[in-house]
Amino acid sequence: MILTDPQAVNVAALATRTGWVIKPEGACRGEVCVPLPGGGLRGDGAVDVESLAGRLGMPVVADEAHGLWALGPDTAISGRALTTASLPDIVLPDVRTGEPFAISSLRGQKVLVLAWASW
Amino acid sequence: MWQELREELHPKGFEVVTVALDTAGPEACVKYVEAASPAHPSLIDEAHVLDELLGVVNVPNGVWVDEDGMIVRPAEPAFPGRNPVMESFASIDPATLPPDVADMITEVKKIRTDPDAYKTALVDWVTRGAASPYALSPDEVVARSQPRSMDQARAAAHFELGQHLHRAGDHDAAVGHWREAHRLHPHNWTYKRQAWNFEDPVRQGRTDAYDGCWIDDVKSIGAENYYPAVTF
Repeated sequence: MILTDPQAVNVAALATRTGWVIKPEGACRGEVCVPLPGGGLRGDGAVDVESLAGRLGMPVVADEAHGLWALGPDTAISGRALTTASLPDIVLPDVRTGEPFAISSLRGQKVLVLAWASW
Repeated sequence: MWQELREELHPKGFEVVTVALDTAGPEACVKYVEAASPAHPSLIDEAHVLDELLGVVNVPNGVWVDEDGMIVRPAEPAFPGRNPVMESFASIDPATLPPDVADMITEVKKIRTDPDAYKTALVDWVTRGAASPYALSPDEVVARSQPRSMDQARAAAHFELGQHLHRAGDHDAAVGHWREAHRLHPHNWTYKRQAWNFEDPVRQGRTDAYDGCWIDDVKSIGAENYYPAVTF
């Protein structure tokens, strides 16, 4: 997740991009919840990135020359790409129309998510 | 490529969602989608977030999701009963080609895939659901997903910084982050092939920008390991 200001990360944006939702019980994804000190939020309501990254084992990589940071994926829960079998909410644009499409809108069907590339 | 199987299985409550991992944007891949004109959703993932969220490290990779949104097979090499790319290479005699192209074709022919077994498993799951032996338990799904070390997580962060800078017009800055992503996660082929393709499209040969290239990196792991064998 690209951060232009690590002090001002929005809770909704975090959930959309990483699948981790800040709740009273901690950072949650699927059935997994990890308690966070201070509820995971700063005084101003922004995400406390430092405590979140520390508890979930997420790297924060800085590119100071461009004033950018990237919050990488968690490593401390399962040590695998998946921490739960629950599919995260993935919303991506349609190739042809650019319209956002939520894979979760296909609930009720069996779905094959198939990654491919032109290269 | 998935149209035929999708049409066969759609009446049984099955849908395909294709996701193009293409940092070059829709202009790189939309022509293939328009040519196939699929009825199923066709999405684009410019930042390769599927690597991060689902553990995709190469393409094509498939993830099975049941009616309740639970993953029942994590990312693994996926072919719809045939492999058109391999079929197109089968009739080529490398001896008739320039040496560097012949070298590539020779390696491509060593790559192992099992399209028949994949299709058999997929059809069984669509037909029998949770009773299918190919549908895995939640614990098995997590355990079979790709390992994620701190280096691999840092690679994801560098890849994303690179794609962000590339899309903002600063390709040189992107190269530095992509080199770091390759160093930290050498077995992630989407990070490598995406980056190499900007310097040398299709062939992804040796360039000054990167230490690796397709032919050298494939030979270093052995082409037969390019797609790990799927355990059904």
